[in-house]
Amino acid sequence: MASWGEASESRLIGKRIPRLSGKDKVTGKAKYTFDINRPGMLYGRILRSEVAHANVVDLDLSEAEAMPGVKAVLPLVEVGRKIRYQGQEIAAVAAETDDIARDAIRRIRVDLEELPSVVTEADAMAENAPQIREDWVGNQSAPNVREEGDINAGFEQAAVEVEATYHAPVQTHVCLETHGHVAEWEDDENLTVWASTQGVFGVRNDLAGRFNLPANQVRVITEHMGGGFGSKFGPGVEGRTAADLARTTGRPVKLMLTRKAEHLVAGNRPSMTQHVRAGATSDGRIIAYDMKGYGTGGISSGAGFQAPYVYHVPNVRAERRNVTVNVGNQRAMRAPGHPQGAFAMDSLMDELAEKLGMNPLEFRRINDPSEVRQAQYTLGAQEIGWHRRNSVPGSGTSVKKHGIGVGSGQWGGGGGDGTQARVTINADGTVEAVTGTQDIGTGIRTAIAIIVAEELGLNPTDITVKVGDSGPGLPSGGSGGSQTTASVAPVIKTAAAAAKQKLFQRVAPQLEAPVEDLRVGNRTIYVVSDRTKTIKWELATGQLGMESISEGGHWDRELRQGGVAGTQFAEVEIDTETGAISVIKIVAVQDCGLAINRLTTESQINGGVIMGLGQALLEERFMDAQTGRMLNANLEDYKVPGTFEIPEIKSIVFDTHRKVTGVGEPPCIPTPGAIANAVYNAIGVRIRSLPITPDKILTALAEKKA
Amino acid sequence: MPDKDKEKKQGTNISRRNFLKGVGTGTVAATVAPSVLIGSEKAAEAQTEEAVASATIQLNINGKPYQVEVEARTTLLTVLRDGIDTSGTNIDLTGAKLICDRGECGGCTVMIDGKTVYACMMLAMDAQDKQITTVEGLADGDDLHPVQEAFVQHDALMCGFCTPGFVVSSAALLSENTKPTLEDIKVGLSGNTCRCGTYPFIFDAVKTASRKM
Ligand code: FES
Ligand code: FES
Repeated sequence: MASWGEASESRLIGKRIPRLSGKDKVTGKAKYTFDINRPGMLYGRILRSEVAHANVVDLDLSEAEAMPGVKAVLPLVEVGRKIRYQGQEIAAVAAETDDIARDAIRRIRVDLEELPSVVTEADAMAENAPQIREDWVGNQSAPNVREEGDINAGFEQAAVEVEATYHAPVQTHVCLETHGHVAEWEDDENLTVWASTQGVFGVRNDLAGRFNLPANQVRVITEHMGGGFGSKFGPGVEGRTAADLARTTGRPVKLMLTRKAEHLVAGNRPSMTQHVRAGATSDGRIIAYDMKGYGTGGISSGAGFQAPYVYHVPNVRAERRNVTVNVGNQRAMRAPGHPQGAFAMDSLMDELAEKLGMNPLEFRRINDPSEVRQAQYTLGAQEIGWHRRNSVPGSGTSVKKHGIGVGSGQWGGGGGDGTQARVTINADGTVEAVTGTQDIGTGIRTAIAIIVAEELGLNPTDITVKVGDSGPGLPSGGSGGSQTTASVAPVIKTAAAAAKQKLFQRVAPQLEAPVEDLRVGNRTIYVVSDRTKTIKWELATGQLGMESISEGGHWDRELRQGGVAGTQFAEVEIDTETGAISVIKIVAVQDCGLAINRLTTESQINGGVIMGLGQALLEERFMDAQTGRMLNANLEDYKVPGTFEIPEIKSIVFDTHRKVTGVGEPPCIPTPGAIANAVYNAIGVRIRSLPITPDKILTALAEKKA
Repeated sequence: MPDKDKEKKQGTNISRRNFLKGVGTGTVAATVAPSVLIGSEKAAEAQTEEAVASATIQLNINGKPYQVEVEARTTLLTVLRDGIDTSGTNIDLTGAKLICDRGECGGCTVMIDGKTVYACMMLAMDAQDKQITTVEGLADGDDLHPVQEAFVQHDALMCGFCTPGFVVSSAALLSENTKPTLEDIKVGLSGNTCRCGTYPFIFDAVKTASRKM
């Protein structure tokens, strides 16, 4: 049975290894899509609607077309059609410089007949609200109802009950490299696209379909990309437009979204509002859970969230609806539906525990079915110093108050079949690993090198890893659902093992030993039963002559496993005079399976925690109901965490087994709940709506006093 | 630019004032130009339109002179990334990134005479007669700057898109304060944003680099 071997046998796997792309990234050499500069390249821009809801009455491109330096102007909406959200595409321009392109889109004349719009959930659900979707009465989808057990019977057994409303607003991805592409046609039949994407092959297949080309005549390259977080699958309107502009002009076209468009149309995490009534028995079991909730994913649907979450509840009624508004659509965002669901559930858990007079951690121990998290509670509580928490929330007379809270999460990340890879050993001793996955900042490139180097007794820097290119025709899935490592690693390992086997077969006669007796380490192949018999790596590979060894692999399920539990503890300090909240420390205990590279895994956990912190304290999309526009579509009014917000973060790689699992998403899940509970522990008033801002704290404190 | 002119140049067939009057009164010919300018969007709006006279200027970048033709509105960042030297070569210094386009994220950070500036906020013309150092100019051939080395060692980067800005800011910080505290580092790098959340390891890297300098 295939296995990764014991930790004690691993020379590289599970160690802290700097990423291979590090040097290129710190010197500015790394080329992102945004950095691609092709000979004769034009710059594309898109004119977008500032109006949230309108009929397109007229569109006149002639003035823009006539401008010097403008090479193409394409309509992206038809006269007679509707605009349904701010940022919707109207027309695109390709010009000699980006400045000319920007000037040109301002010369496009469009007449819009404005229609009444709704951009907030409350307005959309109000009586007499304009119907923006004919198929949804009251701008709401039919409810999705889940029932388990018997909630009435459950409530009868309850000793305490909590009824509360929890809310999380829309958050946007804020990829620092905006969505964008550089498209270049060689002739009418061959297209190359540099794409800032999480799915090289997805983009390839989409564009091949659009232009009716055999898939292998479209090549998509993503050498480096500046963040996706779930929002970068498929070329989108902007990618298809870049390809259209390039085809029309016969020149390469770069088209990157502006920062503003990135907020408006490149996806977001849907909002969540849930009214919950829940009960627990006197011995501390949650016994009944009744939830009615909704969220908005923009003009379409997709506003799901997890409720209840991770804890065992025998009697459940959960009803969710989508609310539609005239705003750009949601896209998957790091653990879709989980962090907001976890925030509500973990808040509720603490509220129930308090009514029972129980320690919230004890209450979790009773209700959490995950053995892994049970162990994590112990470890995390020690690390944060759980005993230091306020035994009476909000007690004390000092202006600055401290509190400690806990939150939980759960994710899959077990990967899937479908990746093809090739490991090649050349006569000069060089080794190459090629597959069509993409490194979106997670470090898969380095993980691949580690796996191959471990197998072949080399160093990671000896391995040339080629990812992010559909050219070699070795497909791999999109990087979503934390699936990449668990999808790719088994294929790479089996490919490297097969290549090694081939090389052993070559040199076995010379070493006068059976292939099974051969091992490789330290650039030397040796016979395990007689270590005097050796052959240096280069001498062995030198015998290959013109024929390199090139082997594929397969997705061996035994090498990976899904299902990861996580727990986080947060300590906060709150200034009760200003409402300022500082997170002092976060302990993140994250189930990681076998971490191929402990260093980059820790980076992932840090990154998840920090994104969760942003959601907890800073991030909110503000829509103006009057104008239908987003008020903070930039980086100064839409706050993401900066240096001052960063607490001490203790990221604990909690390995529970030696099978590979992905952890890109799960570390952002428990953070908002843990912080919300810490805030309550500090000040004794509960903030049930994210982000937890100073004004909410001050208002809550004032209400408590009154 | 006077307001009147700007209205005409919106490229729409009604003026902004009419648009404002018309909104909400049924059928109006509306414009996609913003009816309300919010906060510093004004600055971004003002930056556009009507190319003015261009001039050829000389810039000293990473110790090398470049001749480039620029317009008055051309930013230093545009020249670094997209500029073409009068000899016909692309300058192609794409390490500095445009991320927010308004002095908020530090992705475009470069040094001018040793001090950090946001290259998206500086006009190319204003960068004449100064020493411009970009992230590409920090290493000495194959020898990385101690900050760069420490960033790699500590994995102070994930997607890496913000990294050039952080590297330049960190190098500038250490050139002024060779033994920064954690608080000093947070202040020194407060003009830079990372969405992947690499901050903890960036702080570690700067500390390590400070020990080597
Ligand atoms: S792009 Fe210059 S500061 Fe953000
Ligand atoms: S490393 Fe991705 S934004 Fe900083």
